[in-house]
Amino acid sequence: MTGAQRAVRPAEVSAAIRSSFAVGLAVAAYGISFGALAVAAGLDVWQTCVLSLLMFSGGSQFALVGVLATGGTAAGGAAIASAVLLGARNSLYALRVAPMIGPGVAKRLLAGHWTIDESTAVSTGQPTLASQRAGFWWTGAIIYVGWNLTTLIGALIGDQLGDVSQYGLDAAAAAAFLGLLWPRLKQAQPIVVAIGAAVVAAMLMPVLPAGIPVLAATVVAIVVGLTNWWGTRESDIVEAEPDPMGER
Amino acid sequence: MNVWTIILLASIAVLALKLLGFLVPAAWAEKPTAARLASLLTVSLLAALIVVQSFGSARGFEVDARLPAVLVAAILFALRVPFIIVIVAAALVAAGIRAFL
Repeated sequence: MTGAQRAVRPAEVSAAIRSSFAVGLAVAAYGISFGALAVAAGLDVWQTCVLSLLMFSGGSQFALVGVLATGGTAAGGAAIASAVLLGARNSLYALRVAPMIGPGVAKRLLAGHWTIDESTAVSTGQPTLASQRAGFWWTGAIIYVGWNLTTLIGALIGDQLGDVSQYGLDAAAAAAFLGLLWPRLKQAQPIVVAIGAAVVAAMLMPVLPAGIPVLAATVVAIVVGLTNWWGTRESDIVEAEPDPMGER
Repeated sequence: MNVWTIILLASIAVLALKLLGFLVPAAWAEKPTAARLASLLTVSLLAALIVVQSFGSARGFEVDARLPAVLVAAILFALRVPFIIVIVAAALVAAGIRAFL
């Protein structure tokens, strides 16, 4: 390839970068709600920012502060377990992303850190290797920078608010989980699991310590997942696809 | 455990799970049971978290201003309203009910 050819960006790569911006900017915006909710849950601004910098996985971060908000540090074990279980899907995303990243330890470490719903969705949706790479790195970079900036802004706002329930922030946390769940409810099987898990959690809440009902509800997913009740052959493929919030 | 310990342990574990995917053979990604389990685990945790966050209280289970707020959020998500606007709307509904009722 000559220098002149390299300077021209293929149309697929340009399209991938445009998708990255569309998805990335929309997703980065809700770091504000994470920052505010984390501070409301009792974290300080530093702790909130370290979560976004180091954990960098929205669902896991919301889960960790959600369990801490209801159970405090006594529910620390359950909070960690919830975050880790919610992060399990990232392992599968990484399997799909790894071939397009190529060799190099530093590059693969950074790619691993940026392997989330959105970077996986944008990259795997592209037609060529070059556009897949562009989609992955641009989406990862835009969301990493944006998510951490908006987390800081949200944490500073939350820090000023004081009484959480007066501003409805506890309801906002529930709505945030609903927003993360919503795009996953397109088929019978996940809908059945969602309803079953909700019922299990509701029944166990009055009798078990905070955090445990959330973990216990995963039994529904394990039973349905292993037996493939309510499943279809196509659902195996479709359900594995991440669905970025930014596409809504 | 203090808050910093919880944050660092959870963050390292979540990061390790991502990196794990770069170490094992790519063929594992094609296993339908693994993909289905990961997807359904996510769904079950989020559904349980919605319930805990909507009804949780010091007394165990409580219906209050959060329920109408979450119902409004569900309607807005169904109408494909953007995430951040739905979150603000849910907060306003709960705050409004608490302020005026």
